[in-house]
Amino acid sequence: MSELRTSANQPIVDVRNLEVTFVSRDSTVNAVNGVNFTLQPGEVLCILGESGSGKSVTLRALMRLLPRQAQISGCVTVGGKDVLSLTERKLADLRGSEIAMIFQEPAVSFDPIYTVGRQITESIRRHENVSGAEAQQRALDLFERVQIPSPERRLRAFSHELSGGMRQRAMIALALACQPSVLLADEPTTALDATVQIQILLLLRELQRELGMAVIFVTHDVGVAVEIADRIAVMYAGRFVEIGPTKKIINSPQHPYTKGLLSSTVNSSSRGKRLKAIPGSPPDMTQLPIGCAFGPRCDHVHPACRAQVPAETQLAGVDDYMVRCLLADGPLELT
Amino acid sequence: MSTSPLDPRQQATVDVVQVAVQSRGYWATVLGRILYDKVTMICGLILLLIILSTVFADWITFTDPYKANMLKRLKPIGTPGYPLGGDEMGRDMLTRLLYGGRLSLFMGIAPVVLALGIGGLLGLTAGFLGGRINMLIMRIMDVFYAFPSVLLAVAISGALGAGIFNAIVSLTLVFIPPITRVTESVTTQIRNLDYIEAARASGAGTFAIIRVHVLSNVLGPVFIYATSLISVCIILASGLSFLGLGTEPPEPEWGLMLNTLRQSIYVNPEVATLPGLMIFITSLTFNLLSDGLRSAMDIRYVRGTS
Repeated sequence: MSELRTSANQPIVDVRNLEVTFVSRDSTVNAVNGVNFTLQPGEVLCILGESGSGKSVTLRALMRLLPRQAQISGCVTVGGKDVLSLTERKLADLRGSEIAMIFQEPAVSFDPIYTVGRQITESIRRHENVSGAEAQQRALDLFERVQIPSPERRLRAFSHELSGGMRQRAMIALALACQPSVLLADEPTTALDATVQIQILLLLRELQRELGMAVIFVTHDVGVAVEIADRIAVMYAGRFVEIGPTKKIINSPQHPYTKGLLSSTVNSSSRGKRLKAIPGSPPDMTQLPIGCAFGPRCDHVHPACRAQVPAETQLAGVDDYMVRCLLADGPLELT
Repeated sequence: MSTSPLDPRQQATVDVVQVAVQSRGYWATVLGRILYDKVTMICGLILLLIILSTVFADWITFTDPYKANMLKRLKPIGTPGYPLGGDEMGRDMLTRLLYGGRLSLFMGIAPVVLALGIGGLLGLTAGFLGGRINMLIMRIMDVFYAFPSVLLAVAISGALGAGIFNAIVSLTLVFIPPITRVTESVTTQIRNLDYIEAARASGAGTFAIIRVHVLSNVLGPVFIYATSLISVCIILASGLSFLGLGTEPPEPEWGLMLNTLRQSIYVNPEVATLPGLMIFITSLTFNLLSDGLRSAMDIRYVRGTS
């Protein structure tokens, strides 16, 4: 693990042309259709998108945590290991130690019949050859680290005896148990109420800085993304339509979908005005339109958009900014 | 919190103390709950009494359960030397009821235990693996399901011939499908829960997940279901003996005794109904016990709160 962190310019996560389809007898769902990105150690990437856009599937594909009917293609490298070609056993070694995950529903993420402490020590002992007492001590340290009051007692509690926020803290402790270099967070604050949400976000950011982890954070909440991310990737119909530094994306979004998404958020200046919404609804993932998937809902759609999927274009003059739109910096002018 | 509003920090400590009182080990919590449940405790005690008195029948009775006495035929309850009367051959009813309980209980419990082993394994496999294997196992079970359980037990016993062993085999076959089905549905339900995925995400292998997270969560409900089947099994076993397909005379067994005393129901109804009463009490207590266990083992369910 340590040698991976020292090599600063080597990305910790490298995803090339990731495609995930769910094949069943009557339909094929194209959940992810060609996702490319890299993640540097210690970087926070936020994947932003609406329900069903393939955010969670992308995240799970990074640790191959998908049901059997999922077919994954492309190339996923985490910490120098090719995730998609690892054996089950090697993959299990990787999960939890190198790459860990926080789930959306803390209420059902712990086994109800074991204490939370037991589940954390179990995970530590699964990956590292330590004694029971040592694992216990580590779990206690973790609970202190995620700011759970009276950690000794909480370790002995069952998950149903903890509050929602407390459970999510315990979940974070479980994910951090073996000091992963990549943390995946699948909408970890969605199931919590607003006051707890901000606490968890602040905690995550603090821990991320302290431990120097890379974090991929999936959310549909623009506010949350701005709060935590170094870079934001906007996902639509299984593709990243735009990826770039948080400030740039928020201040000058290039893709019409991102523009629509940002203008449909509520803030204090929108009082008394009508809330903007993007017309139409997301495409059917079993039958994606030919060409740009956002085309049917786009105000600026051009015949060329319907011909083929816009390629990933590097925005001129801005580092590390990709957009998949013919209008942005492309051959076409805004009509 | 009817008193003055507490500041958040204080409230947190109050919360902590309450939680700390509740948190004991899983089995300690379950035991504590059973001790509070009067009905379950009484049923448990009655059952324990029945089981112990049948197991130690040699020591608490002094007469031979096979020794007939023509003069004492169908004596009423309370005859000196015959505290519960005599049966149609003049044998002591009390002795025979106690000895008979051994067989009845054995034939009630053994098939369920066997079926729990086989059906549980099948259900776990079907539920966890899913897909074609699930299809195969569950459709085979459906074939057995198509017959009413009594009919199936009678048919299999009839084909195999009378005898205790054959009766146990047939009853086991009768109970495998329902146990498989319950195990399968519980397993499928648990397999899709987030904590299985969370366990996988923290590096647990398939076998470890089945052993630690699936099995221990499935075992509770399935075990309780099996306990409730024991009462059915006792009745079915007695039914088989009643029909002459289980134990054979002169072996004492509640179902068989009920059959042989059937003709005497007008002569001495109290004595003739005694074996039936025993079957009734035993299966009722088993049922109530399993019900009590069910509510005690579900630790998320807190009694008395809405």
